[in-house]
Amino acid sequence: MSTSTAAEQVIRAGQGEALLEVKGLQRYFPVTRGIVFQRQVGAVKAVDGIDLSIHTGETLGVVGESGCGKTTTGRLVTRLDEPTGGSITFEGEDLTHLSRAKMRPFRREIQMIFQDPFSSLNPRQTIGTIIAAPFQIQKVDSEGGTKKAVQALMERVGLNPEHYNRYPHEFSGGQRQRIGVARALALRPKLIVCDEPVSALDVSIQAQIVNLLEDLQDEFNLAYLFIAHDLSVIRHISDRVAVMYLGKVVEVADRDELYNHARHPYTHALLSAVPEADPDALAHRERIRLTGDVPSPLNPPSGCRFRTRCWKAQDICAEQEPPLVQIGAPGHQAACHFPEERDVI
Amino acid sequence: MTESVTTTASTSAGTGKPFLELKNLQVHFPTDDGLVKAVNGLSFTLERGKTLGIVGESGSGKSVSSLAIMGLHKGSRAKVGGEIWLDGAELVGMSVPEIRRLRGQQVAMIFQDPLSAMHPFYRVGDQLVEAYRVHNEVPKSVARKRAIDLLDRVGIPSPDKRFFDYPHQFSGGMRQRAMIAMALMCDPQLLIADEPTTALDVTVQAQILDLMMDLQKEFNSAIVIITHDLGVVAQMAQDVVVMYGGRVVEAGPVREIFYRPEMPYTWGLLGSIPRVNRGGDHRLKSIRGTPPSLINLPKGCPFQPRCDYQQHVEGHSCTGEVPDLLQIGTEDHRVRCHIETGQRKKLFTEQIKPNL
Repeated sequence: MSTSTAAEQVIRAGQGEALLEVKGLQRYFPVTRGIVFQRQVGAVKAVDGIDLSIHTGETLGVVGESGCGKTTTGRLVTRLDEPTGGSITFEGEDLTHLSRAKMRPFRREIQMIFQDPFSSLNPRQTIGTIIAAPFQIQKVDSEGGTKKAVQALMERVGLNPEHYNRYPHEFSGGQRQRIGVARALALRPKLIVCDEPVSALDVSIQAQIVNLLEDLQDEFNLAYLFIAHDLSVIRHISDRVAVMYLGKVVEVADRDELYNHARHPYTHALLSAVPEADPDALAHRERIRLTGDVPSPLNPPSGCRFRTRCWKAQDICAEQEPPLVQIGAPGHQAACHFPEERDVI
Repeated sequence: MTESVTTTASTSAGTGKPFLELKNLQVHFPTDDGLVKAVNGLSFTLERGKTLGIVGESGSGKSVSSLAIMGLHKGSRAKVGGEIWLDGAELVGMSVPEIRRLRGQQVAMIFQDPLSAMHPFYRVGDQLVEAYRVHNEVPKSVARKRAIDLLDRVGIPSPDKRFFDYPHQFSGGMRQRAMIAMALMCDPQLLIADEPTTALDVTVQAQILDLMMDLQKEFNSAIVIITHDLGVVAQMAQDVVVMYGGRVVEAGPVREIFYRPEMPYTWGLLGSIPRVNRGGDHRLKSIRGTPPSLINLPKGCPFQPRCDYQQHVEGHSCTGEVPDLLQIGTEDHRVRCHIETGQRKKLFTEQIKPNL
């Protein structure tokens, strides 16, 4: 993991162009009624105008509850899904509405690791075929043949190269996730979108995969968009963290800044809800309890979307949507009418 | 609570026997590939009003043990050995009709996945009512009133309307609440929660855990919570059992396990979790290798193929014989490891603790 201080971050943000720049990204899923004459009766606003940027070699963690749009964001960035609005720029090129054919060269640069190591590998293909697929699709000839390249990859991610001809069901969950990592790594991408890559794994295996991802990042200068709901994993792996709520980014900051000086009440609530593996610390911690569930993205609350569960909500929260503004340390942005620091962990 | 249950509870309290006691529980499944030894000699005790956490990776035998307490292996090919004593009654030898009377009434279970644990065709309320009427001969209206009461108690908004909803109309957190309500319908004295919050978000998880602790205070029930999340255990449990390869490898009070663990596997578990209250760019201490197959358990200590501390044991006892689960210190802290106690304490303070 690259250790970048807040100051470096600002310099980098000011100077170099971001590897990936997302502006006002939206994805609305239409809700229709009727069978023959379908008409749209509403839209699920899964992602509703988010801005993100990722630099080379950096990890941006995206965290939030289920249904907040983190996975959709990952799918939009990799263009597995078509954005409704906004723009995605990768190394200065606009990818937002490229056709499949035009998108293909960029797929070498942006890869994805999926959550479920069981459904993301074709059970009828051998490991060799699965990891070689990127070479074949992109018509890449590697030195010494594809097989050699695949076996080198397998070795790099900690799999036995002799297992080239085995099928996915012969591997455990952690090994399968390594196969997914090898496949994503095959064409030496610059950005890997990791969608909950460790949440399906046991703790001891989870640590192996997290360590592997960090080693690969150092070795190949990868950038990660790391999507997870586990705040401890996010803290461990990220350089910067974005917190999402109902399709919006509510707070974004450098990792330590976010965990130590969070300003948004939702971030406070999330952090205070994490059960720490430390009985004494738990006993002394102030706990914020949110009531109820996340509102439906079909009909999000007016103004600030978090106001229905927020203990600070005032009239202004229902009337005006708080913009994401700079607050505190450089690079720290929060979208709240009443931001304040609070010690929660 | 029915009268008969109350009397048996008081008599067992009088004799000083623990409320729940497992003695050398074994669960083996014969399969085409060989005998799967899922649980090999699990023993623990639990008193009313207390919570026991069972921690372990997938395949360590934690869920299988809980199903054995519920008597849910009866009628399958599983071979269950040992003894399970609940409030003076032995469950392993009990017949199916007998244990069915206990289920729900004395022991209830909260399953991990509320979507697959509830019947999709029946209304949530009707499923709660059914659970109550199986054990109590009451008119539907009484059972319905109780169901609505409990739905309210677990924090479901407008329970009188939600009573008529189907499970798919509930969100994940609400389904889990409804299942807790179902488990509580007959005031069980023992609640087994098998990964109750694994499928939930942290905020909802916090709500559910709070709810379980509140209800425990109110009903003085015993809770067995099975999870792989050490944070949940730290928050909920007074006693912890760490399982590996179907065996208990370490057991004791929660503070002993978290602050003075002695088994290398527990060290590995504690080292492999990232902490939310600590920054820094340290590497996680992962445990190498993968959990063992339960058909071919390693010879000797089950953790031996993944253990990095075998050089501290003289001879080859790690690969030769299974270490005994021995008590150390004064508190009820038990460890299964061949390394000598003094040496383990030294290793922990010198090598492990600074990295946690």
